[in-house]
Amino acid sequence: MTDMPKIRLRDLYKVFGPNDAAMMAHVRAGMGKEALLAEHGHVLGLQDINVDMQAGEITVVMGLSGSGKSTLIRHLNRLIEPTAGEILLDGENVMELSQDALREARRTKMSMVFQKFALLPHRTVLQNTATALQVQGADKATQEAEASKWLERVGLKGYEQRYPSQLSGGMQQRVGIARALTAGTDIMLMDEAFSALDPLIRTDMQDLLLELQVELQKTIVFITHDLDEALKLADHLVILKDGAIVQQGEPQHILLNPSDPYIEEFVSDINRARVLRVRSVMGPMTDEGFAGDVEADQTLEQLIARSGGDTSHCYRVVEDGVPVGVLDMKDLVKALVPRVSSAETSVK
Amino acid sequence: MAFYDGVFDALGLREWCDANAESAPMSMADLLAQAGGADAEASGEVFPFPSLDNLNESCDRIGQTRDFTANIEDGFLAIKDGLKIVLDPLTQPLSWMLDGALWLFTTTPWWIIVPLLIALTHLVARSIGVTLFVAFSFLFLGAIDHLDVALQTLSIIFVCTSLSVLLGVPLGIAMSRSNTFQRMMVPLLDLLQTLPTFVYLIPLIFLFSVTESKLYGIAIILYAIVPVIRLTDLGIRLVDKDVIEAADAFGMTKQQKLWNVQLPLALPNIMAGVNQTIMMSLAMVVIASLVSAPGLGVLVLRGIRNLELGVGIVAGIGIVLLAVVLDRTSKAALSRIDKNHKVH
Ligand SMILES: Nc1ncnc2c1ncn2[C@@H]1O[C@H](COP(=O)(O)OP(=O)(O)OP(=O)(O)O)[C@@H](O)[C@H]1O
Ligand SMILES: [Mg+2]
Repeated sequence: MTDMPKIRLRDLYKVFGPNDAAMMAHVRAGMGKEALLAEHGHVLGLQDINVDMQAGEITVVMGLSGSGKSTLIRHLNRLIEPTAGEILLDGENVMELSQDALREARRTKMSMVFQKFALLPHRTVLQNTATALQVQGADKATQEAEASKWLERVGLKGYEQRYPSQLSGGMQQRVGIARALTAGTDIMLMDEAFSALDPLIRTDMQDLLLELQVELQKTIVFITHDLDEALKLADHLVILKDGAIVQQGEPQHILLNPSDPYIEEFVSDINRARVLRVRSVMGPMTDEGFAGDVEADQTLEQLIARSGGDTSHCYRVVEDGVPVGVLDMKDLVKALVPRVSSAETSVK
Repeated sequence: MAFYDGVFDALGLREWCDANAESAPMSMADLLAQAGGADAEASGEVFPFPSLDNLNESCDRIGQTRDFTANIEDGFLAIKDGLKIVLDPLTQPLSWMLDGALWLFTTTPWWIIVPLLIALTHLVARSIGVTLFVAFSFLFLGAIDHLDVALQTLSIIFVCTSLSVLLGVPLGIAMSRSNTFQRMMVPLLDLLQTLPTFVYLIPLIFLFSVTESKLYGIAIILYAIVPVIRLTDLGIRLVDKDVIEAADAFGMTKQQKLWNVQLPLALPNIMAGVNQTIMMSLAMVVIASLVSAPGLGVLVLRGIRNLELGVGIVAGIGIVLLAVVLDRTSKAALSRIDKNHKVH
């Protein structure tokens, strides 16, 4: 790892309760979440969190309800104070910032999108979008120009003078995204930003986010409890359970090599053909005869459609015109079965 | 022999009790007993309540109840001068404001003040119905020659509610920010709201002269300020946590949060408080006519004192009319704000 990560969390712990610092001794001694609650009445929110988030990547934090996702993301801008550990932003420890410096960092480095939109009901869409600039004291003309620009970018041109209550949920969240983009920060924090939306609109919003990301290259921290969404968006996937990280890494890798029964259970319901990409299941380059070339980025589903279901072929995998590997259709079929069953067959 | 003699003897307090044993002034019961010529003990109860008067009979060191009452009065009179030095200059502007408003409302010709008030109503309420009703009410009050007294009452209400809002909203904000301050204020507000209004007129009469208008101004404000404080506190505490979190996440300062988020979102509640404050100052301005507040209340009082039934009833109708006018106007303003605040 050569680059300094944009955001680095080191040995982060959070205990909720009146006497949280004193609880750290128990937690470090290995006391679990339930034991801590039963014996000391404190809630273990996060334990031993170490994550590096690279600039320009989407880091997705996934976990079930109550696993500590919201707690984690709120540490990045210190809406919640950690009990122990470090939060490094561009190498600078957020914990050492004064109140003023912290406020400045919230204004210029990070913006946030919320599950329940959290728009100001008494302000128009345009004014809501300009919130960050208004807070920073920009003049009216700049505020309106920037806000209109981003509203148009998220597809809300013409709605500037409406009030949030006059918009649908999906449109309100577009305002939420435009508001975050108008802040012009490198980092965007999104806490279950799409969870309150119905599935079709949700897919739209995911596409919108990916489309914007190609162009803007923000460092995005995205929280979700939905594995499909996580796999679609993530460059780096972090899976939380009871406040601890169970596994993190490249999403396709996690899907193919779940390290824990908890994750196996999670991934077993996934449509793997649609999620897995050729790159993740291909083998090293050989010289056999190929039935054709495929792009490394294609999903297995696309390849199955192309081969017409014939498993006897091998394809050459190319990326940017350069051959990078070989995909045997038999490997593809194996990859479609979750590891539990593949482990069983290999025992025989 | 008095009933409790034995108790003091048993406790060994006899000497202490009799230390300066000139006989105390007689209590009312003693006087009655003497006048009736009967033996005090024979006619007394079998087991009298150990009240100050009864204990005094056995032990002179213990004061009678009338001493207790007198002490309270003396204590109050003792601090009165000190209090006056502090309170008088502090509250003097209130007198000026009340007198000024009275002067303004009563000397401005009716054909200026009435249209102005109707225009003001239309400005805050933005409702034709309410404006028409207000216009009709003024015409009616004018027709029965009650316009001047009604305007006096209105001028007092204007001053007192404005001051209540000016003082009450900051207090409510402070309460919403500090749980300790809230815990301190709540009993005080409860007290102000539950005390019968006559009870706090008494110390006020001692403190300020009845000829000063601030006397009734203070009485009205103390009584009417409570709802606006309470509802400001409540309104701010009820502001959606997510929105507050968003304000923090975008780096708003405390001031920015207050003006951009908390006050606008609490506004419907604050306005509900203002509505109640207006109604309560109207109720109090009538009672305050006991301490020389001018207006419709004076006529009601005359009706009661002189048993002039008609005068009292007509003034009463005028008050009801004013109450409805003020209520409709402030409610219309409130619902206008509510409409802009429909939550997603
Ligand atoms: N202020 C708090 N005081 C005490 N416990 C808290 C507090 N905030 C969160 N918790 C606890 O911390 C744990 C993690 O909560 P968190 O809100 O981070 O979960 P989450 O993963 O975001 O869940 P969801 O998907 O429901 O939003 C939960 O057990 C919760 O009860
Ligand atoms: Mg959450």
